[in-house]
Parts: sequence; structure tokens; C-alpha cells
Amino acid sequence: MIEVEHISKRFGSFAALDQVSLKVAQGKLVALLGPSGSGKTTLLRILAGLEQPDEGRVRLGGVDATGLGTRDRKVGFVFQHYALFRHMTVAENIAFGLKVRKGADRPPVAAINQKVHSLLELVQLEGLAGRYPSQLSGGQRQRVALARALAVEPRLLLLDEPFGALDAQVRKDLRRWLRHLHDEMGLTGVFVTHDQEEALEVADEVVVMNKGRIEQIGTPAEIYDSPATPFVYRFLGSVNALPCRVAGGQAQVGGLHIGEGRADGPGTAFIRPHDVEVLELSPDLPQARVSQVVVLGPVVRAELELAGGITVEAELSREAKDRLGLRRGLEVSVFLRKARVFVGENV
Amino acid sequence: MSVLALKLSLPRRMPSVIPGFGPTLGFTLAYLSLIVLLPLAALVIKAAGTTLEQWGAILSDSRVLSALGLSFGGALAAALINTVFGLLVAWVLVRYPFPGRRLVDAVIDLPFALPTAVAGIALTALYAPNGWLGRLLEPLGVKVAFTPLGVVVAMVFIGLPFVVRTVEPVLHDVDLELEEAAASLGAGRVQTFLRVILPAILPSLLTGFSLALARAVGEYGSVIFIAGNLPGVSEIAPLLIVTKLEQYDYVGATAIATVMLGISFTLLLAVNLLQKWRRARMGG
Repeated sequence: MIEVEHISKRFGSFAALDQVSLKVAQGKLVALLGPSGSGKTTLLRILAGLEQPDEGRVRLGGVDATGLGTRDRKVGFVFQHYALFRHMTVAENIAFGLKVRKGADRPPVAAINQKVHSLLELVQLEGLAGRYPSQLSGGQRQRVALARALAVEPRLLLLDEPFGALDAQVRKDLRRWLRHLHDEMGLTGVFVTHDQEEALEVADEVVVMNKGRIEQIGTPAEIYDSPATPFVYRFLGSVNALPCRVAGGQAQVGGLHIGEGRADGPGTAFIRPHDVEVLELSPDLPQARVSQVVVLGPVVRAELELAGGITVEAELSREAKDRLGLRRGLEVSVFLRKARVFVGENV
Repeated sequence: MSVLALKLSLPRRMPSVIPGFGPTLGFTLAYLSLIVLLPLAALVIKAAGTTLEQWGAILSDSRVLSALGLSFGGALAAALINTVFGLLVAWVLVRYPFPGRRLVDAVIDLPFALPTAVAGIALTALYAPNGWLGRLLEPLGVKVAFTPLGVVVAMVFIGLPFVVRTVEPVLHDVDLELEEAAASLGAGRVQTFLRVILPAILPSLLTGFSLALARAVGEYGSVIFIAGNLPGVSEIAPLLIVTKLEQYDYVGATAIATVMLGISFTLLLAVNLLQKWRRARMGG
């Protein structure tokens, strides 16, 4: 159980974290998701004790750990660029955390070797114990870094952009593997990422951060299906953000009624492209003209021009495209399955 | 068609910025021969004319032996001192921003630029029994000027920049993340330094050591002022060579020079072999 209470951290005049509070339950894998500069890495480093907060408390397992240094926190930290010790073999790297223990805490050599062996098996690098980091691929290095962090049996595993420096395919394999590993070991974990797909696929819970504040905390489905703020809407997945007017509780875009607003005034309506249904021309529904059709593998992205010159992006299946005979210039009808309106300027 | 196939099957030469291997190697060898090897060869040829009895007489001369001992012993001691403190200086310059850092950085290079005689005179004035520091050390029974200790002090002075300047860039590249990783794994400061940082900078430290050593062995100007040059006590080998030349004892001078050449070469070779062994152990 990790509890972060009202953490603030400034670097000069830049507020990296502003009154951030967060709870992570035992055994959960949590993603800190946000653009660069959102404070997610700073929060992770504060959890690790690599950075001290200006204000607020950090509790690990119910115990106040705020002033504690990294050494005494028993957390495993995996760095984006691995930070492996270049002059040590894979086995020596993994054994490091056990070898530096003093006196009675240090396990006997045979136990260390046994531990290294089982960790190498866990990260599927059995044959590479004697290699040096320079002789490994990026994915292998990251797995060594993970094994090294796990060797000290941390109560909390922290990962800073763990797959950021890897190419797409390796990245995909490795994050699935991390998810399995987490399920097997039941460790509490927090990882930082700016990749929404990674966060949604791997994490039990996603914390969306922006400008040093938490925008939303929720399961991947909650975050994606019901974003709490315009920022989360824009940051996760693609979205149509249409300027609208709310009058009498009804939001209008270019004369088209699209949903409900809580208060009157100017606002922005957010509609996911897959919630824009494209239908055959019908007199009961608003009309649009197809201005662009792009085929992206299994899905088709179409740009539709509504009355009043407003452009909406729609996502539909290949079958739907073929059935409608979708092409540029075609007149179609549009049905908005789901829209969310935020009232206010500049949202 | 067949011509095209033939062309494709030929191994392509990688285009390179510098013209071909042949001319560059040829030039390198010719240049090295002219500048380095030829003078050294002349020295060895000259020494080869010396008879065995003459060698025996020169090498059993206690004055020669103690001069060689002081030159190499003093240089080794000075290089070791510089390795320790040069690392410390480089560490402070790389890790901590402090007011006046640029100035300190510039001061490091002064021993490079200063005429060695000036350094020698300054050091002598400072450490002489009536000098600023000498006066303070005298009551403690420590004599620096005109003793072997003075020789080491001069050698430390001229060798420092070699260690600082070779270690500095490498230390700069040692990622702070490595220290953080070590700390997160439970290592203390001393353990982090000895097990993580030191191995990473060891090659550059060794290079700095050998450069400082080579410089100290060959140093003449600054040492002869502070050494006092008492035969058998504080006389360095290069000075003995000059003395012998002034007495028209060319055979003696070349013999000592050849021995110095041999020892220096062996020392530098040993350092290189050490580097090679370390590289082999680290797997590149």
C-alpha cells in the first residue's frame, strides 16, 4: 500500500508537482500517464526517494517514509536507459544488490548464485549470465535491469518509461511479458509512461497527470470511456473537439443538437470518432458530405463535413465502408452515439 | 547481364573520408620513424658501441644507480599522488558547480604552460629553509628543498594536469543514474564509489597515471632547481646525463640514457598491457 498525501515539488520557479495525492493498493500495477513535463517522473522519483518533496508525505506500507533515502526504502527502480553496470556481467549486475549487503544480511555465495539463476530463468536470459551489457540487445538489457531490481525483493517496483527506448515490436512483447510477470509475482508496481496504449494495456489503474496535477484516476476502461476532463479526452485516443453553444441545457454545433450541457454558455463537445455513426442518407438525420477517406488496415477513417463547415472525424469498419460505398463527395447522414459537453472558454 | 551480375558480386569498398589505408599507414610510419624512432635508434646504436666492461662500470656506479632510483622512484610516487588527488580535483570540477569553478579549471593547466625553470625557481623559493612554507616546515624537521622530497614535489606539480584532464571527460560521462541505481539496490556511498564509479573511470585513471609518470621521469627544468643535486642523494638521472655530457663522457651519458629508455618503455608497456587485460575482462 502506497499513500501519497499532498505532495508538492518545485524546481526553481517550475512547479513539477502541485498538491498531488494518490493511493496505490497492495499488488496493483499502476501507470502514471501524461505528457512530458506533467510531473509523472518526479512523482516516481519521490516514491523512490531519489527526490525529496517540498511538501507532503509519502507512506509505504503504512509507515511514513518521507525523509527516508533510496537505500532504506526497499524499492526496486528500473531506469529508462537501464543504468546497468557496464563493467559487470549480467550475473554480477543481478547479484549486486545482494553482494553489497553487510554482515549477517548478506546471503552466502551459494544462495546468491541460486537467486541469480532463478531470476535469470524468470526473465528468460538463462544462457547470458556471463555476457556484458554491451553484448545484449535493448530488450535483453531492460530484462536484466528488471531482474537486478527484483533481486533485492523490493516491496515496491518502480519503472521509469520502462519500454521507452525500445522499438515497437520488442516493446509490445515486453509489456505483455511484464503484465504476466506482475500477475505471477503479485508485486505492487508503479510505472511511468507517455504512451497511452501501454498504460491501457498493462496497468490495473491509470493515473492521468498534467501540469503537476492528477487529472483522473481510474481503470483503463473508465479512463477511456468516461474521461473526467477535456485534457483526458484529448490525451487518450483521438477525439473530435467541436466548439459549441449551450442554451437551455442543450448543446448545439452549427445548428445541430448534439447533447446536454450543465450550464449555459460557450463550450466544447467531445466525440470519439468511433461514436460517429455514418449512415445512408436519411431525411430524419443531419447530413454531411464525405471529404476524405483513409484506409488504415482494418479500420477506415473518414472526414465528414457537417452543415456550417464543421469537420468531424469518423471511424468505421471496412465492411461498413463497402456497404455504404463510401468515397469522397458522397452525401451521408450522421448519428452521434455519444458526446460529452464541457462548458467554458478554452477547454 | 553477366557484367551486371559480376559487378554486384564484387565486395563493395566502404567509402572513407581519409584517403585509403595504404597512403595513411605509409605516412604514419614514415612520420613516426623520422620524429621518434630515428633519434631513439641513434641513441641505441651509439650505446651499442660500448663494451661490456664499460657497461659494467657504469651500471655498478652507485651515483648512477641512485640517480636512476630517484628518477623512477620519485616519478612513481609523484604519479601515484597525482592519481589520487587528480581524481579528487576532477571530481570536484565535474560534479559541483561553485563560484570560481572556471578559474580553478584554468589554473589546472598552468603547469602545462609554465616554463619548467620558472616552476622550479618558484617551488625552491617557497620550500627553501627561509621560504614561506619551508620556514614553517623546518621546525617540524621536514626538509623539502634540496632533498629527494623536493624532487617529488616538483614532479607532482608538473604531472597534475595530466591526470585531471584525462579523467575529467570520462567522469563527466558517468551517468548519475548509475549512482542512483546502486543506491536503490542498497549500496552505500563507499560501495557505490568503489564498485560502480571507480571501475568505470579506471581506464582513464590508468592513462592519466602513465602520462604523469612519463612526464615526471623526463622532467628536468623544474626538478634541478629544487633538488639541490647532491650526487647520490638528490641528483636525478637526466641531470647526471647532462653532467656527463659536459665532461665529454659520451659513453657514460648514452649508457644511462639507454637504460632510462628501456625502463620507461617497460613501464609504459606494462600499463598498456594492464589496460588490455582489463578490456579483455570487461568484454570491450
